[in-house]
Amino acid sequence: MDQFTLNLIVVGLSFALYFGIAFWARAGSTAEFYAASQGVPPVMNGMATAADWMSAASFISMAGLIAFGGYNNSVFLMGWTGGYVLLALLLAPYLRKFGKFTVPEFVGDRFYSTTARLVAVVCLLVISITYVIGQMVGVGVTFARFLEVSTTAGLLIGSAVVFAYAVFGGMKGITYTQVAQYVVLITAYTIPAIFISLNLTGNFLPQLGFIGGYAPTGGDVTFLAKLDQVVTDLGFGAYTADTPNMLNMFLVTMSLMIGTAGLPHVIIRFFTVPKVSDARISAGWALVFIALLYTVAPAVGSMARLNITATFWPGAVDGDTFSKPALSISEIDSNPDLVWIRNWEKTGLLAFTDKNGDGMIQYINEPAAVTAANKALADAQKALTEAAADADRAPLEAAVAEAQAARDAVLETTPINKKDGAPTLASLGIVGNELTTVNNDIMVLANPEIAALPGWVIALVAAGGLAAALSTAAGLLLAISSAISHDLIKGAIKPDISEKGELLAARISMAFAIVLATWLGYDPPGFAAQVVALAFGLAAATIFPVLMMGIFSTRVGKEGAIAGMIVGLITTAVYIFLYLGWFFIPGTNVYPNTPDAHWFGISPAAFGPIGAILNFATAYLVSAMTKAPPQEVQDLIQSIRVPRGAGKAQAH
Amino acid sequence: MADKSSANAYWAANIKVIVISLIIWFACSFGLGILLRPALSGIHIGGADIGFWFAQNGSIYVFLILIFVYAKVMNGIDRAHGVEE
Repeated sequence: MDQFTLNLIVVGLSFALYFGIAFWARAGSTAEFYAASQGVPPVMNGMATAADWMSAASFISMAGLIAFGGYNNSVFLMGWTGGYVLLALLLAPYLRKFGKFTVPEFVGDRFYSTTARLVAVVCLLVISITYVIGQMVGVGVTFARFLEVSTTAGLLIGSAVVFAYAVFGGMKGITYTQVAQYVVLITAYTIPAIFISLNLTGNFLPQLGFIGGYAPTGGDVTFLAKLDQVVTDLGFGAYTADTPNMLNMFLVTMSLMIGTAGLPHVIIRFFTVPKVSDARISAGWALVFIALLYTVAPAVGSMARLNITATFWPGAVDGDTFSKPALSISEIDSNPDLVWIRNWEKTGLLAFTDKNGDGMIQYINEPAAVTAANKALADAQKALTEAAADADRAPLEAAVAEAQAARDAVLETTPINKKDGAPTLASLGIVGNELTTVNNDIMVLANPEIAALPGWVIALVAAGGLAAALSTAAGLLLAISSAISHDLIKGAIKPDISEKGELLAARISMAFAIVLATWLGYDPPGFAAQVVALAFGLAAATIFPVLMMGIFSTRVGKEGAIAGMIVGLITTAVYIFLYLGWFFIPGTNVYPNTPDAHWFGISPAAFGPIGAILNFATAYLVSAMTKAPPQEVQDLIQSIRVPRGAGKAQAH
Repeated sequence: MADKSSANAYWAANIKVIVISLIIWFACSFGLGILLRPALSGIHIGGADIGFWFAQNGSIYVFLILIFVYAKVMNGIDRAHGVEE
């Protein structure tokens, strides 16, 4: 059976399972549609939260980000897990006690103002819609790769699947489907990791393997030391090197943490459990299931980095990096274990070109001087070949010869790395980096193939990537649809809408949200990663502070909350747009997005905590000048602070 | 809620648990994982220096323990103040 058929069978079976569950658990009331009737056991809610939380970015991209970013990209590991501590301690129990369905509903009641509720709806929609775009792109790319269809077709198939189970199932259907999706995605992630860890470190637990010894040379050298040695040999920065900017690393981690705690689609998960104490423990269970993937991810990233580097420099496996010649093109085309290189070349995620014509692919970190000299030479050659037939060719030929000599001189004097006694590029016969593209995502998607694992593991990774993207998309769509039908339609436009009418409105707004997300996923505004940075920054600067103040302050009133949210929203969005372009339209940025141009070295992704501080400061300042909340709100605050009497959600 | 002073005592106990937990949360991730890494680079856990390990694995384990301990301690405080469900 070929790989394609195997992929179809495994992915098809997983989808049949999701549809079956969605049909069995379909929602009949708004309480079931919004919050699964508060009847989900904490362990199961934890598993569903984990699937909801771990998106295509976590599953497909994060290990690659860590593989190439090393220690500096630990921000994702700490940031996307530490937020659960904040959720468990600061938000989940109190919001569950409040006992209603949506985040804007809490903001509206606590700050006794429909305006506050609507501002919260706007924040929620901006956050969730930007986030869902990334998921739809992930769905399209994964379908396209594993089912051999175009990205557009992949996107359309994915939306149809989400539509089928999310619109009918509501929160109840989505929750139980996510439990199944979690099982699929965690199996798909850990099985290749265990195999690879056994290969490289002799330890079947990747978490121990990556701090253990390097097995192919007997285990005397640690795995991380071996990885550092190989990548620095090729001129890359060490994997474990310190961060160049501690302040920025600190702020990005903080932004991801408080952003996580402020993401509406994560918060609403804690409305589904029966009791306040369940909300606390449910955050713990969610983190257990998330940690299963997140503690494995640095092992997957670092081991895949060593595997792919050693594939192109076979000498690095058990000796010195340059002890054997680089991987040859004839080897790529003849060795059955290396078929993946040509396969992934077709997708554009991997690209190579034999610049020096020696039949081998040299993978190095190309020094900037070499890149510049090569470009000057290419420009001179282009001028010569494009010259008119009757033009004077002599000066052009002289220019080529001069550029050639200059380039060769650079190669003669440039060492391959920064170590003492490093060979020059010329002595190794290298003219530049020949592995021109290695996409981050390949570290997970091609991982089983790089490690020569069986075909069913590859098919499982396809099903896992789709499960991760679909489960997150469904959770986001639910948050969007409940904000529209419950907060906008029932809360502001048509308060006397019937239960049936609201359920219909919820389904229609979800269908509309899917169509919008599909359209935006087809033509995404800028990079998905940039868009996600905006979602976290805004969640950190708007939703998290307003919920914190709603619970922990008895003094902050509606004026303070509204002013705070608006200041947080605008400052954060403007700071991001200044560097990434207005509404991510390329070319409209005011400043270049480089560390030198950043305000105090703070990158756009790190601005969330600053926005949050501005939000808090504004809210307290305005509250000091305006009236304290009325008595019934004081009573509400006292009531959410104690667990007793949570009971079922009020249908009100 | 029986009376206001017992409500205040419950809330004060709750805040104390939260503050202690947040100090641990901050110390393992931002402290050991980021700010103190250069100073502690001599201490190793397996093949990784302690700061690197806390940044990539260790703080996640601490977060996990923290939430479960918090949930257990809070259940005890709920019962002690008679506000459990």
